[in-house]
Amino acid sequence: MTMIKRGFAALAAGALSTALAMPAFAEPVKFDFWFGLSGDLARVVDTLCKNFNASQADYEVVCTSQGNYDATLQNTIAAFRAGKQPAVVQVYDVGTATMMLSGAYKPADKLMEENGYKIDYADYFPGIARYYATSKGEMLSFPFNSSTALLYWNKDAFSKIGKTEAPKTWEDVGADLKAMKDAGYECPMAINISANESWQLMEQFSAIHNQPIATKNNGYDGLDARLEVNKTKFVQYVTDLKKWYDAGLIKIKSKDLGQDMVQAFASGTCQVIMTSVGDHGTVGKTQKEGMHWDVAELPVYAGTERKNSLVGGASLWVLSGKSDAEYKGAAAFLNFIHDPKTALFWSTNTGYIPVTKSGFDYMKSSGFYDKAPYKGRETAIASLTASEPTEITRGVRLGNFTQIRAEFGTQMQAIFANKVSVQEGLDTLVKNGDAILDRFQQTYPGKTLP
Amino acid sequence: MEKRVTFSKWRIGILFAVPQLLLIFTFFYWPAGQAVYWSLTLQQPWGGGNIWVGLDNFRSILSNADYWNSITASLVFAGISTGLAMFIALVLAALTDRQLAGSRLYRVVLIWPYGIAAPALAMAFRFILAPEAGFMAVVNQVWPGFWDPGLDGTDAMASIIVAFSWKYVGYNFIFFLAAFQAIPRSLIEAAAMDGSGVIRRFWDIQFPLITPTIFFLLVINITESFQDSFGIVDIMTAGGPANATNLMVYKIYSDGFKGLDYSGAAAQSIILMLLIIVLTIFQFRFIERRVHYR
Repeated sequence: MTMIKRGFAALAAGALSTALAMPAFAEPVKFDFWFGLSGDLARVVDTLCKNFNASQADYEVVCTSQGNYDATLQNTIAAFRAGKQPAVVQVYDVGTATMMLSGAYKPADKLMEENGYKIDYADYFPGIARYYATSKGEMLSFPFNSSTALLYWNKDAFSKIGKTEAPKTWEDVGADLKAMKDAGYECPMAINISANESWQLMEQFSAIHNQPIATKNNGYDGLDARLEVNKTKFVQYVTDLKKWYDAGLIKIKSKDLGQDMVQAFASGTCQVIMTSVGDHGTVGKTQKEGMHWDVAELPVYAGTERKNSLVGGASLWVLSGKSDAEYKGAAAFLNFIHDPKTALFWSTNTGYIPVTKSGFDYMKSSGFYDKAPYKGRETAIASLTASEPTEITRGVRLGNFTQIRAEFGTQMQAIFANKVSVQEGLDTLVKNGDAILDRFQQTYPGKTLP
Repeated sequence: MEKRVTFSKWRIGILFAVPQLLLIFTFFYWPAGQAVYWSLTLQQPWGGGNIWVGLDNFRSILSNADYWNSITASLVFAGISTGLAMFIALVLAALTDRQLAGSRLYRVVLIWPYGIAAPALAMAFRFILAPEAGFMAVVNQVWPGFWDPGLDGTDAMASIIVAFSWKYVGYNFIFFLAAFQAIPRSLIEAAAMDGSGVIRRFWDIQFPLITPTIFFLLVINITESFQDSFGIVDIMTAGGPANATNLMVYKIYSDGFKGLDYSGAAAQSIILMLLIIVLTIFQFRFIERRVHYR
């Protein structure tokens, strides 16, 4: 603690001396932004940063990729403990509960208010905003790159079995996969069952079916929430997936095995996948020539009233302990990102969806969704806004969720390798997940989620 | 009383040792002490509040079935990969030590694998051993489902063992070759003149003379298989499937860094350190007796 305080003192002293040494023509105030995207996406972020710097003369954002989401959070924590944290950091969706209890941030809505920006928070899609807001609705961080899961289906394969539409129910999916197998397709559907696919398989499924992942409204109402996916509709879902896997209707595709499911779909090997709308661009760029495909909302079980799907991706957090000048810059940066024009640039180049209604309307009015490679991406908005978020579909707020996802991957592998039954695997997932939640609660005694 | 200013011997000794001691303290004792402290507390990742919990972290780890599974996996991995890496290196070194044509070339080629960084090596093996794209795809065409490291824990364990051994064959080879070369030629020539064959000369002369090297490599290999396996596991299997390759060192990383459970990871690293110390003591007490130092 003393080290952090000393760090603050040093920072304050530094800020003071730069203030005193200011020449007549002020240099722009520099501040750091750390993010977790890499490769193609990192280049888009860099362009975004350049655009911001070019748009005004007062501030300069220094954007640094930390490689991936995990590393970004780890490095930020290390930097924070050493008093050298960036002003703005991108944190993935599952890190939200951890961030909220960190005491290391400045609430984004307060920051904007203090610096004179008026943001209309009702403009955010509710399913997106509530993931990052307190139970009272205060926005602690700003949504940045957002996505949701969709069903990608190969129109050519479906027309072979006499279908012109994507399956709407899981019952239809089962029948269609069977028909495709009978029509000679080697891999009717591809899934992956490692930790990260918890997002498509467990979290999105549960939200759309209005099924809880944990008690206490998915953790929003207290740190004593415990998992309950071993007694919801999710059990039926895993049972069906396993049944279809055993019948050869579903294949497991992952990078470790040589081809991930997006590649398997784009190459025409597998006919159905469930993945993020963020992959829409990749499929378009890498698809087999002449292949016809489209996206649809994830199916539901017959008789289910569809609810909104969950947002995935990351949000921008402003960390505590920076100078007022840097906060001014950070606020200007967040305001820039909030702008509908930035949303159009961002969504065009990445596949992520606009996070505000005004951004979406702007893109619609500019004809974005009518153009060939982007057509279909509006389905993600439809899925996210299928209903007003319920107590359960506004998000998942569980501590150490990364570890719970890892446990999900482990148990799914055990189930699919026939080491345990579906019920046994999910029971173990709940038991081990609860131990993880218990530990998180012990680490923050007496604290509650904001 | 002498008035002359002199430095006693031990003072000079200390003076020269200080830089080294400082480094060792900063980079070993201090972090190790910190780990002990962390293992007895619950650390909040962002700092700010730490709760003293005594031995609770150790209790919860040792009562966790996944942790015992991780210990078993580590021991299996250490045993098989060390055995494999040492045996193959010994055979290769024995062969290249003989006056074969092109033995210099063999030496260079065999030493190379150790120079490859673990991640690069793991990427290569991930490719080679991929069930659908690599070399094993051919095998899978003949026997469908024969090789499936994505779901079959034994296959996954086999792949990391192969990758790790491949790297350490190169390392062990350097030492074995040096040991063989240090044996006076005259000894072997004398034996040859007495009519003993290659195998006989190996077992009666060369093998006893290289036992110190074998012992040294055994200690190093076992220690490294507990610690240096991290990069290979991270890239090839990430501890899966279903924890089959979740070695102790990898579990420390995933719990501590990915899961932000610093205290649990600190406790695990102390258990790992103790285990390595015990194994090393065991080797020195029971195996070193059979080593002949010259």
